[in-house]
Amino acid sequence: MAHPTCQTKPVVFTPFNIICGIILLIGGVITILRFTKGIGAVTNLDDNNPWGIWIGFDLLCGVALAAGGYVTCATCYIFGLKKFRCAVRPAILTAFLGYALVVLALHYDVGRPWRLPYPIFFSQGTSSILFEVALCVFLYLTVLFLEFSPAAFEWLNWKRARYVIGKISLVLVIFGIILSTLHQSSLGALFLIVPSKLHPLWHSGYLAVYFFISSIFAGMSIVIFEHLVVDRFLHDKIDEEHDIESRNVALGFGKTASFLMAGYLMIQVIGIAIDNDWKYLGTRWGLWYLIEMIGFVGLPAVVYAIGVRERNLKLVQWTSFWTILGIILNRLNISLVAFNWQLPLGQKYFPSWMEVMTTVFIITIGVVFFKVIATRMPILHAHPDYPDDH
Amino acid sequence: MGITRRQFFGWMGAAIGSQVSLHKDANAASNKHFTGYPGSMGVLHDISQCIGCRKCETACNKVNSLLPPERPFDDLSVMDQKRRPHANTYTIVNRFDQPDRQLPVFVKKQCNHCKEPACVSACFVKALKKSKTGAVVYDDSLCVGCRYCMIACPFDIPAYEYDNPFTPEVTKCTLCQPRILNGQLPGCVEICPKEALTFGTRDELIQIARQRIKNYPDRYVNHIYGEHEMGGCNWLYISNTPFADLGMREDLGITPAPQLTSGALAAVPVVVSLWVVFITGIHAISKRKEQMAADEKQADVGRVLKSEQARLTETVAKLKEKAKEEKEAAVKREVKKALDEAAKQARKTVSDPKALKTPSETPHTENQESE
Repeated sequence: MAHPTCQTKPVVFTPFNIICGIILLIGGVITILRFTKGIGAVTNLDDNNPWGIWIGFDLLCGVALAAGGYVTCATCYIFGLKKFRCAVRPAILTAFLGYALVVLALHYDVGRPWRLPYPIFFSQGTSSILFEVALCVFLYLTVLFLEFSPAAFEWLNWKRARYVIGKISLVLVIFGIILSTLHQSSLGALFLIVPSKLHPLWHSGYLAVYFFISSIFAGMSIVIFEHLVVDRFLHDKIDEEHDIESRNVALGFGKTASFLMAGYLMIQVIGIAIDNDWKYLGTRWGLWYLIEMIGFVGLPAVVYAIGVRERNLKLVQWTSFWTILGIILNRLNISLVAFNWQLPLGQKYFPSWMEVMTTVFIITIGVVFFKVIATRMPILHAHPDYPDDH
Repeated sequence: MGITRRQFFGWMGAAIGSQVSLHKDANAASNKHFTGYPGSMGVLHDISQCIGCRKCETACNKVNSLLPPERPFDDLSVMDQKRRPHANTYTIVNRFDQPDRQLPVFVKKQCNHCKEPACVSACFVKALKKSKTGAVVYDDSLCVGCRYCMIACPFDIPAYEYDNPFTPEVTKCTLCQPRILNGQLPGCVEICPKEALTFGTRDELIQIARQRIKNYPDRYVNHIYGEHEMGGCNWLYISNTPFADLGMREDLGITPAPQLTSGALAAVPVVVSLWVVFITGIHAISKRKEQMAADEKQADVGRVLKSEQARLTETVAKLKEKAKEEKEAAVKREVKKALDEAAKQARKTVSDPKALKTPSETPHTENQESE
């Protein structure tokens, strides 16, 4: 299954490998500290700030940025836009790795990670939004694994398994979309219970809808941006179909994202109007909110539209990066910045360097796994035995 | 279409099943109203009576077998800073200096044991439960340590043992549940020298509080804190100072925490049920469109093929007709030519009999005809 390009003698000490190695080493040390000395030894978490970047970034942003999987599947298999087929496998792989890493990050964050299966198998707290989150993570990770498996089966040449999984692929796609809808929205709904702690500009009865809608354009943006990265670093793995169609994917998703972002802005305004939160717009929190909404949703939506109109691929690609930053900003604002907004500044949370390093460590694991899998399995190119099934 | 009817019914069954099994007690829009467990116990904290002796903190530490504090309980300078409950401290007393009065005001802080607690509804393993005694109790054998209860609590009460690597627990006041079940008073209530704490059923305590406010309208603020806050608490407060000046938020609203999320939870089975229909529907529509496009293409190709065939047949027929006409004309012409020739020859023979000859053109004409 090796590719002609892999035949040359592998170089171990590439800059990529050295940097990854250092990060993994530091991450390993922090991991040992975390599991021998406790959460307090490596984090700045306290009783007022029980959730830090491991939840705010690793979980909330990780899941939002894994939305490319279900968005691309829906576009290609449900709405029947076959031109997006080339984007499906990279998006599924990213989503699968994204969710797997979310679960990995949770092992660091929760106090007793070996009990993570409890809410599903042992004691179901069905009144909790977090129960919904847990159930969705568990089920969707399983679905994503199955959705990813055809690439692995093709690589392993397990024809029988590949045939069986091909038969249930549509069921998996539908199940995946339902679970994603629930999971993306439930992450927003987690914060419904804290109207007194989350700033009114970010707290809304529509939080679940906000998270769901923003996950769609986050997913589209990550698909566009991912191709930019893959094209630069794994160009030899991309076949002709992917190369040609990725342009249409970027323009198609850029256009859709632009419309969605405009709609998202509208429902944000409706949220402000319904709770009558206009008075906060004039405050410093209001300024920060407007920076997020105009600077990281409104403007990129306009630039997406311009990029698509002028068929300017580069502009669309860099706007996707801008949009992704906006999603990260939104999730961090809700979970960390605007959360506990009434606490004195001195009691606010700021991550420790070890928390940041752990996050970098987990992202690095994701990047390494993506590279390892994409260089070996038919992700960015069709398998010769299954040219149309890709 | 890749979906059979059986699959479809299977999914619908699963969707309805989840609706029935997961959400049996989410009364998102019913007019049922939970008024608290009848006869559940609570404590009334009369803030105007508290002298900030920290005896309650001492008793709490003792009855819960907590570790001794860094600074002793008789060190009142601890109160120079505002505190909150922590892992080894279930209750604390804060001092609030009043600019217009000589004496400061002291407020005891601990779990308020809400009637419908945010922490209980937030716990995804039911490690926190509202007991019928009124106490909100914690079961560490179930706790995963997600700390969503700490996020959810509007009073900032639950704390976490961050430095315990293997068996970290959420900690908070238990209302001395073991002592209540034994017929004893909570440790803090028992020790309070000023009767700033009164233990009783919640209903009794509200009556006492009302009576005190009625008897001393000049001393008390006309508000029983905890009667309605976040749907009501089993721990109640009356005060001689506005609660907002004592670090007690008055903007929490009266909605019980579970109601804040019940709508979102109730939407889950609806989304599952409808998404199955919508998604398969959209898929079916796009498949159908594909099929229709293919059919149309087929029909178009067929139509074009047919008309081309007809045109071809017509052209061939026309050509044949033309060829036939030409042939006939040629034959006529040749025959005429031959006749003319023969006539010429005949005339010549009449005038010159030596020149008699067979006409040579006839085989050539036959050749033309056979073509």
